[in-house]
Amino acid sequence: MSATPVLALRGISKRFGAVQALTDVDLEIHPGEVVALVGDNGAGKSTLVKAIAGVSPADEGSIEWNGKPVRIDKPHDAQQLGIATVYQDLALCDNLDVVGNLFLGSELTARGVLDEVEMERRARTLLATLSIRIPSVRIPVASLSGGQRQTVAIARSLLGEPRVVILDEPTAALGVEQTAQVLDLVERLRERELGVLLISHNMADVRAVSDRVAVLRLGRNNGTFSVPDTTQEEIVSAITGATDNVVTRRNARTAGAAPTASTTSPTEVQQ
Amino acid sequence: MTTGTPTGGAPTSGPSDRTAAGDGGQGSQLTKTAGADGGGPAQAAVASVDPRLLVRERGFAGYLDDLLRRVRTGELGSLPVIVGLIVIGIVFQLQDSAFLSANNLSDLFVQSAGTGLIAVGIVFVLILGEIDLSVGSVSGMSAAVLAVLNINQGMNEVLAMVLAILTGMAAGAVHGFFFARIGVPAFVVTLAGLLGWNGLMLQILGPSGTINLDDDGVVAQLTNHYFADKVWAMGLATVCVLAFLGFSLLDARRRKAAEVPSRPLSEIVLRTVVVAVPAYAAAFVFNSYKGLPLAVVVFVGVVVLGDFVLRRTRYGRQVFAVGGSSEAAGRAGINVSMVRITVYALAGTMAAVGGLFFASQINAANQSSGAGSLLMNCIAAAVIGGTSLFGGRGKTWSALLGALVIQSINSGMALLGTGSAVRDMITGAVLLAAVVIDSVSRRTQKTAGRA
Ligand SMILES: Nc1ncnc2c1ncn2[C@@H]1O[C@H](COP(=O)(O)OP(=O)(O)OP(=O)(O)O)[C@@H](O)[C@H]1O
Ligand SMILES: [Mg+2]
Repeated sequence: MSATPVLALRGISKRFGAVQALTDVDLEIHPGEVVALVGDNGAGKSTLVKAIAGVSPADEGSIEWNGKPVRIDKPHDAQQLGIATVYQDLALCDNLDVVGNLFLGSELTARGVLDEVEMERRARTLLATLSIRIPSVRIPVASLSGGQRQTVAIARSLLGEPRVVILDEPTAALGVEQTAQVLDLVERLRERELGVLLISHNMADVRAVSDRVAVLRLGRNNGTFSVPDTTQEEIVSAITGATDNVVTRRNARTAGAAPTASTTSPTEVQQ
Repeated sequence: MTTGTPTGGAPTSGPSDRTAAGDGGQGSQLTKTAGADGGGPAQAAVASVDPRLLVRERGFAGYLDDLLRRVRTGELGSLPVIVGLIVIGIVFQLQDSAFLSANNLSDLFVQSAGTGLIAVGIVFVLILGEIDLSVGSVSGMSAAVLAVLNINQGMNEVLAMVLAILTGMAAGAVHGFFFARIGVPAFVVTLAGLLGWNGLMLQILGPSGTINLDDDGVVAQLTNHYFADKVWAMGLATVCVLAFLGFSLLDARRRKAAEVPSRPLSEIVLRTVVVAVPAYAAAFVFNSYKGLPLAVVVFVGVVVLGDFVLRRTRYGRQVFAVGGSSEAAGRAGINVSMVRITVYALAGTMAAVGGLFFASQINAANQSSGAGSLLMNCIAAAVIGGTSLFGGRGKTWSALLGALVIQSINSGMALLGTGSAVRDMITGAVLLAAVVIDSVSRRTQKTAGRA
């Protein structure tokens, strides 16, 4: 792993009206590293992703690319740098077919005219190498299932030879086989020396593929953990903000042991 | 992809069920699929064709089959309007045998050019999922600008035409700016334009209210010039048909070379015949009267160019993308504001061009230019022709077909001597029918998972 991170965020803050969604968040991604970003619902993960991708830029803070400060004000800036993003709320155009969506914003042209044949050929090859199966690359994405749409969105992010890939809950809608494929894919991206930021609520998936876990809690950094040296309980307690929390109590209960510190007020552990 | 596998392990979301409901016999096939592809990615890559895909049979039978399936799932496209045109033709012909005469058909086509050209701009706006209510006023204003510059100021006519068209473009760009950058709903912006530009037109026309154009000028020629030699009409039809055939064959060859699905030869021939029949029929009709009208050449040329831009260029793809989901388009790096502003500028430009054709028909610009039912006719033409009001779908060809429907009704009613009251009621009913077809087909498309 190289010393300079390919992407570094310093002191990112973002506010939506009365909600301070992000406060002073730092994050580093190195080439060939899979960083998992975890946190409870509403912790600010998707907001951070959108700040990196230029969809809704941060209010404060700086972004460094290979050690040099850069500005990301619009999606195009992020794409130029080599940041590819798969959004949690899917960003596909229902009325366009699969090929149209895959190449949206970076269409291939030959003498100024859309090169449909070449796009279709590359789309087929790409989908085949990712072992993504959809009925036809020429049907509107509206007629695909939720998981199929998700795989199209993931395939789309890999077209432009990115350096950093951001996946916001990529497996949330996927079947067993497809989830395994996405995890395989993440590992292949790491082998190709890409930086990957993976957002997931599934601890097993996170521990399976990531090198580091960064925890967000209520819009702030709440620790970064090296996966091999950390137990799942430590990560969970960083996410929920207490060693004694709903999750540990439930685990203790289901394990048959008596809940030890149940006198703690429940409000303390809930956000 | 084995979504919704019976083993129950896959938490796939709703839409998969909806798609699956489209064709029968899903369940058994699903189980088979799930069993068959237990292998790793390498194996799956080979078998990347989904066994559930309805593969189209090759050849003519497959073509017919596909057509029927499309109709059932609500992908009607231009079918209703073509049926409508035939019905209108038969009905009026039974009432008055002059309706289908070469004379009447040729005039009808020429008179539809103004409406149709404006409707081409409307098609672009409708694909964005928006509306432009100002095109009538903008067309009147451009006619007034032309008349004042050319007749009152003595400016060169061609230069005056260019300036008149640029005025329309600027007016459209203003609408686009307020809509895209300031965020005012397009409906309101263009409603303001409807009023404002009409006022400006009255202002520049001055107290006289009517300015007659030069009888032999370029504008007068727009709807009055005919290429009399029979070679022109037949030649143009031949060039169009050969070009269509040539590009289809070329495309099929490239697709074969790239090993992506291509159209079989029988289908290409069939499609060429479908293009050739109306092309030569029109050429025959024009030649039986005064020859190939200039207005028709311009109109069809604009429609073909617009179709090319929409389907074959990056810009056209961006227009569809913004119409489908502006959020997704923006995230893909498309400059959504730029697309919106240019589309409105284009609608303004086409309104101005159409305005010149209307001015050419009466050879004057007057206070009622661009007023009356003109605006509704242009929007109706686009919708009747099959462009969806809901955005994201449409073709410039619908402007041509829709304008022909509207003008056929006008012309037939004029032949029968019924007043404008009945004509407006019928046009209104046809528009309602078109919108009903649009809405219903959208619903069936949704249930068939294609909306
Ligand atoms: N566009 C917006 N306008 C106002 N508030 C917003 C907006 N987007 C996000 N927020 C707020 O910011 C906070 C963080 O939201 P975010 O979507 O980033 O959460 P998340 O960590 O991705 O959660 P989840 O795991 O549910 O996806 C939430 O409190 C949310 O209400
Ligand atoms: Mg989120």
